[in-house]
Amino acid sequence: MTIQDDELQKEFVIESLEHLASVETQLLELESDDDSIDLDKINNVFRAIHSIKGVAGFLSLDTLESLAHREEEVLNRLRNRELRPTHDVINTLLKATDRLRSLLDSIESSNSEDVSDHIDALEKLLADSSIETSVSDSSEPSHVEHCRAVEMELVTTDGPMPETSAPQEPSAPEAPSEAGRKNATGLRDFLIESFDHLEQIEAYLVALESNPGSQDVLNAIYRVFHSLKGSSDFLGFQRTAAVAHASEGIMSELRAGRLVYNTPVANCMFQVLDHLRKQISRIEQLHGEGIDDVEPVLECIQDVLRVMDHGSRVPVKLDSKRTPAPQGIPASLPHALESSKIASDSAPGVAKPSTPKPTPAKPSPSNNPEGAAPSASESTIRVDVSLLDKLMTRVGELVLARNQILQFAGKLADNDLISATQRLNLITTELQEGVMKTRMQPIGNIWSKLPRLVRDLAETCGKRVRIEMQGKDTELDKTIIEAIKDPLTHLVRNTVDHGIERPEVRVECDKPEEGCLYLQAYHEGGQVNIEISDDGAGLNLAKIRTKAVEKGLITPDQASKLSDHDTAQLIFLPGFSTADKVSNVSGRGVGMDVVKTNIEKIGGTIDLQSTEGLGTSIKIKIPLTLAIIPALIITNNGNRFAIPQVNLSELVRVDTTTSETQIEWIHGTPVYRLRGQLLPLVFLHQILGRSAGGQNVSESVNIVVLRVDGRQFGLVVDRINDTEEIVVKPMGKLLKHIPVFAGATIMGDGKVALILDVLGLASKSTIVSKDANRTGYHSSANAANAKITPTRQMVICSSEDRRLALPISQVARLEKIPVKEIEHTDNREVVQYRNSILPLIRLCESLGIRDTTPSSDGLMDVIIYEENSRTYGLVVHRIVDIVDATIDELQPCNHKALLGSTVIHGHVTEVVNLPAIIQREFLGIMPNASEGEQRSCPE
Amino acid sequence: MNDETRLCTFFLDQQMYGIDVRSVQEVIRYQEMTEVPLAPESVVGLINLRGQIVTAIDLRKRLKLPQRGGDALPMNVVIHGEDGAISLLVDQIGDVQSILPENYESPPDTMSSSSRELIRGTYKLKDRLLLVLNTEKTTRFSDGSD
Repeated sequence: MTIQDDELQKEFVIESLEHLASVETQLLELESDDDSIDLDKINNVFRAIHSIKGVAGFLSLDTLESLAHREEEVLNRLRNRELRPTHDVINTLLKATDRLRSLLDSIESSNSEDVSDHIDALEKLLADSSIETSVSDSSEPSHVEHCRAVEMELVTTDGPMPETSAPQEPSAPEAPSEAGRKNATGLRDFLIESFDHLEQIEAYLVALESNPGSQDVLNAIYRVFHSLKGSSDFLGFQRTAAVAHASEGIMSELRAGRLVYNTPVANCMFQVLDHLRKQISRIEQLHGEGIDDVEPVLECIQDVLRVMDHGSRVPVKLDSKRTPAPQGIPASLPHALESSKIASDSAPGVAKPSTPKPTPAKPSPSNNPEGAAPSASESTIRVDVSLLDKLMTRVGELVLARNQILQFAGKLADNDLISATQRLNLITTELQEGVMKTRMQPIGNIWSKLPRLVRDLAETCGKRVRIEMQGKDTELDKTIIEAIKDPLTHLVRNTVDHGIERPEVRVECDKPEEGCLYLQAYHEGGQVNIEISDDGAGLNLAKIRTKAVEKGLITPDQASKLSDHDTAQLIFLPGFSTADKVSNVSGRGVGMDVVKTNIEKIGGTIDLQSTEGLGTSIKIKIPLTLAIIPALIITNNGNRFAIPQVNLSELVRVDTTTSETQIEWIHGTPVYRLRGQLLPLVFLHQILGRSAGGQNVSESVNIVVLRVDGRQFGLVVDRINDTEEIVVKPMGKLLKHIPVFAGATIMGDGKVALILDVLGLASKSTIVSKDANRTGYHSSANAANAKITPTRQMVICSSEDRRLALPISQVARLEKIPVKEIEHTDNREVVQYRNSILPLIRLCESLGIRDTTPSSDGLMDVIIYEENSRTYGLVVHRIVDIVDATIDELQPCNHKALLGSTVIHGHVTEVVNLPAIIQREFLGIMPNASEGEQRSCPE
Repeated sequence: MNDETRLCTFFLDQQMYGIDVRSVQEVIRYQEMTEVPLAPESVVGLINLRGQIVTAIDLRKRLKLPQRGGDALPMNVVIHGEDGAISLLVDQIGDVQSILPENYESPPDTMSSSSRELIRGTYKLKDRLLLVLNTEKTTRFSDGSD
């Protein structure tokens, strides 16, 4: 008999997959803590499998059910300590669990699948264990005895159960090991839960008084009794279980309409309730059930049932249920569902607090099946992601409307309006944050699959690997979580397969036999960092170099020049593999390239550090969400465009007075000398097929230096506005084919702006496609960059023979200003800069060195620095480069204008303390005295 | 076409056009648009419709009619497109007309072929002709007719 209820089936699949997710983790944990068997974990697994079995049986998913049943049996043995969770046992269980999952995935055809091999394996375990403990097969009758009062209930449920449910009769012996069962936490949970249950029942009973026929309420009470029965029976509180079971029987009759909820029944129920409460209190005090007499209560219940029987309904009673429970009528589903479970439940005697409810919105307390009282689980619901997306759009729109209202309110200067607007402002912000949060998921969701993967892989490779995880709670947008799932899995596979050595090799290297794979996730600067490190062999750099040359990815000459760090990055090139033979795990050389591409697709970066013999560390940086990205807003021909910040390298402003010499043309191709290197230029208006903007001939040319695919080019735009966080929205089908746009966004004023696709721009202007060999290692000396934490972009400049560096974060702009423009005021050199006066500081003077070399072209390099909305110009001898550099440790030095010295790219470089210089130079003369207070170390 | 069809009508260069009222999402006043360089000529820009970005097609350009003169602002007829909403810019909006199949006639053979395939047919109303627009073809540019 099949009950065609897609909704229910879907619900079952989702729920079961959640159950299975936790099962896997717990099984692995069981295996790892081999000495002390954690009963809680076994119980959790048992319950999960049991739920699956129960519902599968009800839905006539016979194959699924029989497999779950065998697995349950094995777990039962484990629980009763008749079987030890050895490697083999866990292995078999894991495999069976996998099969369950695959059956669930193809639920429609699951009944025709063959699972006999898994069943055989499980049966074998069972057979083995029964040889060991064939003595203890006697406790079962006593269990049945207690339930005899309403045994008919058991019999009558045969109908909805499929044939295969026959072995559910407890063939597994019940040898309660008291010490294990009365596990303190288990008991506490049981008590809390039971008191909860009793309170619920009481509330429901009261509700029933006013509405005696309500199916909903009856069902609810039934379920609660059922849970109570399950958990108390499981913990060995047979008397409590018997009472609960008997009460369940009454509810069942009430529900079926064969019994009317009248005063005698009500009195009986309340009596039952009081009795149960007393009993559970006793359990709390004595940590055991005591020898309380349950007979009066059971008798009372039987009286009620007897009255019903005498009411000439005896013949109906059995038959009515033998014919299948009414199907097709939705209201009857819960009934059928429950009754099918009675048989399965009472058989092995199982606690089942998370009874699957046929409600459409089902909670997902998969991580915490123990403490999840029904009340807690009801506080979560499943929501369609598309609904959240819509909500997000609406909120975005609300934010824009809010912004407009804020502007109006500012103009009108009406106090009431302003305070109302402020409230609106606050609420909108909170709402926005709230909606954003709903899409966030902890990274632990995808990590949870990794321990299993690592375990299986390690086994195949004959290695021993331990996995450690930190920062499981780090939250990421759902879409990102999905996007990094595969790359992450791949990296972990790689690490186990290639990274970690075999135990014997490890011992030789004085390392513990067991390798360690360490996963870490944390938020940093609006991004999420994920690190995957191991203590394995590290990369064999010499081999990588040789291979790369062999495959023609780089020339021998390049290979010899590559730094270790750059060499390590070679493994991200397509088609690269150092593996001598291809294993079935990895080594085909497609992997890392795909990983890199996938990570970059979502705006992330990947970096690899490796020390030969000590291990490898891979660091992935990804944005929190795909929907919102930081972007540079520029204007061209009066239209605004957004350029994703990921591709942005630097901004250059060329003064037209000097630009004649600086933008040069090679056969009609514009180039710009950026610190001695030729930077190809692309005019945005040309790419977009528009005429030159009006501003082009005016004072300056703005170049946005972009980096894509390891090469750089400069995009000439009319105006650079600002950086902004933008919400990326897809463009309609009509415009998708235009390669230079990645999407559109809505600006603060409600207007639409287009997002430029840097790769599209580059290929349209044939920047990238010209050179098919996109190794990217010779594009620029600094394109590939060394990084160990913390990495910063540094501006390198020189004064005389000294190399100096300052963090780019402190630099507003870099300019070339003609020396002849220098004017003097207040004994200080100044220039007119962007319609204001820019005070100049000569770095040489600050450092106490003499600037002897006059500039050759009449221009001086000036670093524009902004602090407290004041602008200063730092005159340096020459701006050398902008590099990514790591500053591990600074050698302290005496000069106050310097933070210290370090080695950047093979040169001793002094790091300039710009704030300190500004402070020393200007503090005395600045009219705004309060500035001095803000500084940390006034002189 | 069964019995009665209700058409949302609008005007382009004095001529009345109509589209099935069920495909119309809403009719809004002229909105400020962001032009899209490199787009087909008749795609005149993008509109922010309550947080949704909607592509606007100028029907005059699409049907190769003369440019809208003076400073008369067009109206937006927002329709449900294959993927998301699309706005059609029209001169003026008309009533919703109920039309009967017996008044139907296919477009005249002498019509220029490029415009002809965008027109489903003609309905003869009492005082004028109503051209029914093929919205699917109007909002598809694969043929490169632009």
